Amino acid sequence: MSTLDDRPASPAVGEAQPANPGGVAALTQSPVAIRLGAILLLAVGLTLLQLPGRAFWQGFVINLGIFMILVLSLNLASGFTGVFSLGHIGFMALGAYGSAILTLPLAKKADYLPNLPAWLAAVHFDFYLGPFPLGFLLATLLAAGLVAGVALLVGLVLMRLSGHFVAVATLGFLVIVRVILFNADNFTRGSRTFSNVTPYTGLWWVWCWAILTLYVVWRLKYSAYGRAMFAQREDSLAAQAIGLAILPPRLLAFVVSAFFTAVAGSLYAHFITSFSPTVFYFDLTFRVITMLIVGGLGSVSGSVLGTVAIMALAEALRRLEDVTLLYGMSQITLAVILIVIIIYRPNGLLGRREIVLARLFRKGGEPSP
Amino acid sequence: MTMVYYAIQQTVNALSIGSLYALMAVGLAMVFSILRLINFAHGDLMMIAAYLAAFALFANVPLGLTVIFIIAGTVIVGLLMERIAYRPIRGAPDVATLLTSLAVAQILQNGMLLTTRFLGQPIQIAFPTPAVLNGVVAFGPITVPRLNVVSLAVGFIALVSLSFFVTRTVPGLSMRAAAEDLTAAQLMGININRIIALAFAIGSGLAAIAGLLFAVQAGQINPYMGFTPVLKAFIAAVIGGFGSIAGAVVGGFVLGALEVLLTALPGIGDILPPGMVSPSTQALIQQWLPSSLTGYRDAFVFVALILMLLFRPNGILGRPDREEMR
Repeated sequence: MSTLDDRPASPAVGEAQPANPGGVAALTQSPVAIRLGAILLLAVGLTLLQLPGRAFWQGFVINLGIFMILVLSLNLASGFTGVFSLGHIGFMALGAYGSAILTLPLAKKADYLPNLPAWLAAVHFDFYLGPFPLGFLLATLLAAGLVAGVALLVGLVLMRLSGHFVAVATLGFLVIVRVILFNADNFTRGSRTFSNVTPYTGLWWVWCWAILTLYVVWRLKYSAYGRAMFAQREDSLAAQAIGLAILPPRLLAFVVSAFFTAVAGSLYAHFITSFSPTVFYFDLTFRVITMLIVGGLGSVSGSVLGTVAIMALAEALRRLEDVTLLYGMSQITLAVILIVIIIYRPNGLLGRREIVLARLFRKGGEPSP
Repeated sequence: MTMVYYAIQQTVNALSIGSLYALMAVGLAMVFSILRLINFAHGDLMMIAAYLAAFALFANVPLGLTVIFIIAGTVIVGLLMERIAYRPIRGAPDVATLLTSLAVAQILQNGMLLTTRFLGQPIQIAFPTPAVLNGVVAFGPITVPRLNVVSLAVGFIALVSLSFFVTRTVPGLSMRAAAEDLTAAQLMGININRIIALAFAIGSGLAAIAGLLFAVQAGQINPYMGFTPVLKAFIAAVIGGFGSIAGAVVGGFVLGALEVLLTALPGIGDILPPGMVSPSTQALIQQWLPSSLTGYRDAFVFVALILMLLFRPNGILGRPDREEMR
């Protein structure tokens, strides 16, 4: 794929050629048809995964979707704006705990979290609309909305910083969230495992949210807001000189991204069903960052690619670890990959560029974007 | 009188913690001032020193030799780190260097995890504290843990020799020149590769000392023990004004004092001697400074970091802000 190449606009180096340009030619010229086709393909894939005996792959694909949401939203916050956040996993943790507390059935809640304040103890989101767990959706939206509010407050303060300092300040936010989760026993059971979460999350939940995230992030990239984000990332002084404010685009990216990160947290909580504050810390942060950097800061399709590549690699390495008993080897490999990418391909696999599905089908030449 | 003794003990406590943070922060600040690199792996140098010390002490190596051994070992790791990971990305954007150092930190942590597994050790091992560092020292009615006195003394000696080095010797002056302007220093005939390596070596040596003292204080070590201290050292460096060695030292002591204060204040209402304050005041103190706040200490410390970054980004010793054109 020429789009993977570093050089700008090089003439089709091994561009994917359509095997049969005849009958499908008309369809492959229509971006809408291609996108619908891709979604259909995904739907078929997900349906096939629900056949019995696919438990491992189901879990893998659910994890893949959750990580994809995390990486896409981190890309929005950090890749688009250049304001690197190391604290996003904190939003994920808040989303996970928030929605898990909300969906806990009343009886369990009184038993499990006896010291909740009365107003929260009376709230429960375990209701269904027919077969559809509406409560889960509402709890996720509510938790993510609250987290977006937190992100607005945090962002108003932190998005004024730049470079290293914002990275370390957001890391500070992660530590603060962790300390709070460990100490707010009444809400989180402290360092004890929070279990008994209803396992609502399935393939469809995760991938609907993932597609929505993909869509929103994609639309934002090519909107005026997105261009403002990229402009102030490339040169904040020049952006200010032409009248762009710095804070609003950064804040928008940060808040929207925190929302989806919290959604990923909620999906994760209702998938894994028991977790503790230690999960949401540096290892997870590092893994998401590796996926993002491998894909390329600022590239939406790069995030998708990076997530798939690192997920597959990490799974393979994990199995290798189980065989060789060299625990820690997979983390080292991922870290080495990150360093090598930063040294030799500092813009990741794709940089800011995108793989456009329609372009893969087109013959020769560089189409207009 | 007991309150006075308590205050003095806490002050010594604050100074000894502060000198540990200062030892760490100085290494971070030296590297940052020259390369604009926040070296997150600095904390893991400390961790490596702690493990080397544990292995040496388990093998009954005398303490003096152990200290030399861990300093040498940590300096070698620090130099390798600079040569392999940081030299190729010199001059890269801030975020790239930061992420590289995070990756290096991951490699060191998991490398140590692998090593301990290989040696058949558990993840967390008890640190074999040398007898010299155990026990308390009594100054009249005041007793202070011997470790705190040693930390304070060692920190003081190390920092004074460092200040002598950077102000009175040619390599020290070259290092400050490189921190001021790397290109200009190079044009003046300073071999910056050597100077940068020297900065890493000195930082690693100080981290090794801090690692030993920290391990004794914690009583146990694990491969992840460097993470929180390096963040704290970063806070110390920011408080003092990032990139300045003097600032890092001041910041270390300020942070030490802040931490001890945040540990001592919650729950202070419960231990006030009777008759010192009126019962209603005591009740008020108990209500607003409950001992349950102690757990939130680190959260408050990081809030302090964020406030510093916002209002005094150049630290309490720093120069006024200036936007750099690049």
